[in-house]
Amino acid sequence: MNRLGDLERAVMEVLWAKDESLTVREVSRALADRDLAHTTVMTVLDRLAKKGVVARSREGRAWRYSPAASRESYVSELMFEALGQTGDRDAALAAFVRSMSGNEAEALRRALAESDQPRT
Amino acid sequence: MVSAALLATIAVGCLVAAARLRRASWPARGPYVAVITWQVLGLTWGISTIGALLAFGLAPYGKGAIGGLLALTTDVSAHGLHLAKFAAAPFGATRVAAVLVAFGLTLVLFCGLVASTVHVVRTRRRHHDLLELVARDDPEVPGARVLDHPAAAAYCLPGVLRSKVVISAGALRVLARSELSAVLAHEHAHLRQRHDLVLLPFSSLKRAFPRVRVLDTYYRAVALLIEMCADDQARRERSPKELATALMRFGTAGNTHVPAGAMAVGDAEPEVVTRVSRLVTPTEELSRVVAAAVLVSAFVLMSSALALWHLPM
Repeated sequence: MNRLGDLERAVMEVLWAKDESLTVREVSRALADRDLAHTTVMTVLDRLAKKGVVARSREGRAWRYSPAASRESYVSELMFEALGQTGDRDAALAAFVRSMSGNEAEALRRALAESDQPRT
Repeated sequence: MVSAALLATIAVGCLVAAARLRRASWPARGPYVAVITWQVLGLTWGISTIGALLAFGLAPYGKGAIGGLLALTTDVSAHGLHLAKFAAAPFGATRVAAVLVAFGLTLVLFCGLVASTVHVVRTRRRHHDLLELVARDDPEVPGARVLDHPAAAAYCLPGVLRSKVVISAGALRVLARSELSAVLAHEHAHLRQRHDLVLLPFSSLKRAFPRVRVLDTYYRAVALLIEMCADDQARRERSPKELATALMRFGTAGNTHVPAGAMAVGDAEPEVVTRVSRLVTPTEELSRVVAAAVLVSAFVLMSSALALWHLPM
């Protein structure tokens, strides 16, 4: 994965791990082992804010950042789209198979069971 | 007027052919041929419908569709929209209406395609951004990203530079290793052959005319054919049985939350059963002669429509 994507991930991990919103300095401190410049962290947070995954609020002279949604809710959103449950089946992505109803799954099991029977 | 009548006949012919193609059984034996036929029929319908309207509306010029359009352009640039001064005046109300409908249809089709493309690109970008943040790599599945979610899903996110295959932890749990390889082969086939681009015109048609239910049916027919194409590609690398059992595992693992809208329509055979049946009971592939006959007739139809635009009658 590219470096920027990797950094964005790391920053999100930090934000998700905390309950409160953080300043750039606090994020930098949490990522101290990476030895990042203050401006780098600021750029990454700015990018994340532009993507809409990080919310920002002003407190005094500093911006404080917090995740726009939890990690779990993003995972659900992606799965929701993947399983074609957004109601708008379009060409954005192609699922191996859309989610099936109980009847469909049953019909499928029957079709496979029949194929397993020895031919007479 | 001759060209208008012939073009209208072709347009109606396309509709009849599409309805028959939808019901035919041969597409499952030759999904690639069927997909191309759908594309050609769709394009030909557009060309012939717009051409018929123009040829009819611009008939007073006596120059056919293309010639009429050129004459109209000359007239409009000389006299503005003052119809009475046009060389071929008088234009009846029905002729004016036909030309307006032709322009309107062209605009709607074009805008629909642009809107669909923009929508798809945006959805993908957002999806990609989120994936970067929450999906992980897994040494078990090289070349795919893993989403930690209990439901079973496998999909691909097409793109020029950043295409991706994604698989959920739920899918990894239910699939055997060989089945997983079959699923990945299926998804990589989608990406390699850019199946999303094949589907785009049909999804854009559906968006442009949301009330025309038959377009949704056609869209789904093409979508199913594309899945069959990817199944066939995967079958070259893995056994069809692995692919079929993989499909079944998805069916039994991830059906916990299905909205009513996703149910199979009416008493038709569920699409996934159609896919599995052709995997487990292979039928003979469409013969080359039949395939060639279908493709040649489709292309002849399209070329005739294009040629009729130039017919100066």
